[in-house]
Amino acid sequence: MSVIGELRSLSRSTANSDRGAKPRLTKLAKSEERTAYLLLVPWMLGFICITAGPMLISLYFSFTNYDLLQSPQWTGLANITHMIHDRRLHASLLVTFKYVVISVPLQLAAALGLAVVLDKGLRFLPLYRSIFYLPSLLGGSVAISVLWREIFGATGLVNQLLEHLGVQNPPAWISQPSTALGTLIVLNIWTFGAPMIIFLAGLRQVPTMYYEASSIDGASKARQFWSITMPLLSPIIFFNLVLQIIGAFQAFTQAFIVSGGSGGPSDSTMFFTLYLYQQGFSNFQMGYASSLAWLLLIIIAVFTAINFFASRFWVFYDD
Amino acid sequence: MTTDVSRRANRPASSWMRAGRPILRHVALIVLGIAMIYPLLWMVASSLRSTDVIFHDIGIWLTEFKAGNYLKGWDGIDQNFGHYLINSTIIAVLSVIGNVLSCSVTAYVFARLHFRGKRLLFSIMLMTIMLPIHVVIVPQYIIFSSLGWVNTFLPLVLPKFLATDAFFIFLMVQFIRGIPRELDEAARMDGCGHIRVFARVILPLMGPVLATTAIFTFIWNWNDFFSQLIYLTNPDTYSVPVALRSFMDATGATAWGPLFAMSVVSLVPIFLVFLFGQRALVRGIATTGGK
Repeated sequence: MSVIGELRSLSRSTANSDRGAKPRLTKLAKSEERTAYLLLVPWMLGFICITAGPMLISLYFSFTNYDLLQSPQWTGLANITHMIHDRRLHASLLVTFKYVVISVPLQLAAALGLAVVLDKGLRFLPLYRSIFYLPSLLGGSVAISVLWREIFGATGLVNQLLEHLGVQNPPAWISQPSTALGTLIVLNIWTFGAPMIIFLAGLRQVPTMYYEASSIDGASKARQFWSITMPLLSPIIFFNLVLQIIGAFQAFTQAFIVSGGSGGPSDSTMFFTLYLYQQGFSNFQMGYASSLAWLLLIIIAVFTAINFFASRFWVFYDD
Repeated sequence: MTTDVSRRANRPASSWMRAGRPILRHVALIVLGIAMIYPLLWMVASSLRSTDVIFHDIGIWLTEFKAGNYLKGWDGIDQNFGHYLINSTIIAVLSVIGNVLSCSVTAYVFARLHFRGKRLLFSIMLMTIMLPIHVVIVPQYIIFSSLGWVNTFLPLVLPKFLATDAFFIFLMVQFIRGIPRELDEAARMDGCGHIRVFARVILPLMGPVLATTAIFTFIWNWNDFFSQLIYLTNPDTYSVPVALRSFMDATGATAWGPLFAMSVVSLVPIFLVFLFGQRALVRGIATTGGK
């Protein structure tokens, strides 16, 4: 069961458990409870000191001006007003949205397509699977971003290839605002291996009798895909969609390395997290950086909520 | 039998087409596979060429091996690259130990013990999986820097010992739920307390999920750039990703050869983990996605 499945079942069962019979704890149960709390101490410490505490402080900072030198000064809604007028922020939001909306569906489509092809009981499956999976392990590293910078450079691998094919004056991909983001989108699609493996595992669980029965009834391969595979796989597509969107909103390394930390050319690779990093850790605008972080959290939450809402119309749960 | 029926039910295909189909599929997969890993192969090949050749050779065949890039890159910045490899190894290995210890204990409690507030705490734990690090990074940085921990590995490693990677707790909870309860109960009958049940019965059975956790923790922390960029600002404490970035900035576009060489070196540990840990990796990802 995925995280999402777990949350679903938790939210559905709140109504009828935990309530009702609350027997007095026996001695044994009491000691169990004591052990439980004792063993949970590390997690609770972590939750309070590393997660929840800093979250609340960050919420407070969002309403302050704080440059690390002087103590934070309460400025009310000034950061929010600043956000409304901050052109670079708007540019970075647009870049990030584009990146998420274009790269995630393409990446998942590639993952699903390959998974369906590989699921046909092919020989050498483990080998293919490994080859397609490898990039998703390496994709987040600085080394691969360095490589990408060269591949799509003015005289990089792609342009050398294009020149061999007779293309005159190919664009300098990463130093041109109109193409720079595209190279990062390609990089994200390149890492389709991880969702592909999740799809493969999902396809394994589709009972073959469905396909057998439908082909006796004369269903075509395409019809089988849309009427059997897709509905049964939809919870897994949904799971991948939610996770990849959350991940894509937080992409950082690629943009940082490919643009040399600037988010350029002309802010065309200014991912939201990169802008946040610049505000916080280059300009030391900790207050503004905190409000940006909360904006990111809200955006991710809204996207996830929309996803969950929309899932009612296309995700099929057979339970 | 059934496949015969399905074939007959479909459009009739001439026999050579039927025989040809799998071959076509293999050809397509091989072409795509090569396209996928070509950039990696090319990077390895280029790291063994002199820099001026890199921009003229799109092939991956090497006529001569030049180790010069590796020697130049190894001594590239302030420290030799081995220093950064050691730093990254320390960070990644301590993170692995922290995650394995803290997440397994926490997962045992959530999977097996009964206590008031469990449902609430469990839901909170699940929610933190999706929390972006950015929303805590600023205060964390301020706290850690006031403790004098910037330019140490503590901000990167300590949270792992406090089970902050909730994703792994969840993975382990799932796994423990699959272990028959009779085993715990038998041990309880024999007078084991919960802590001993965990240590003697559950933990030894958790091998596969611990392997998955260890491998992912290693890879993610080896690759992690954002927090290492923030916390490691002194060249002495640089990890591999931060050192690579600094190397790239220092040399600009003039030293692609050495830069590629060190990039290749930085990927070797991940590649080894991939080679030897594939089964745990694939199983790990596959089990996270079920409905």
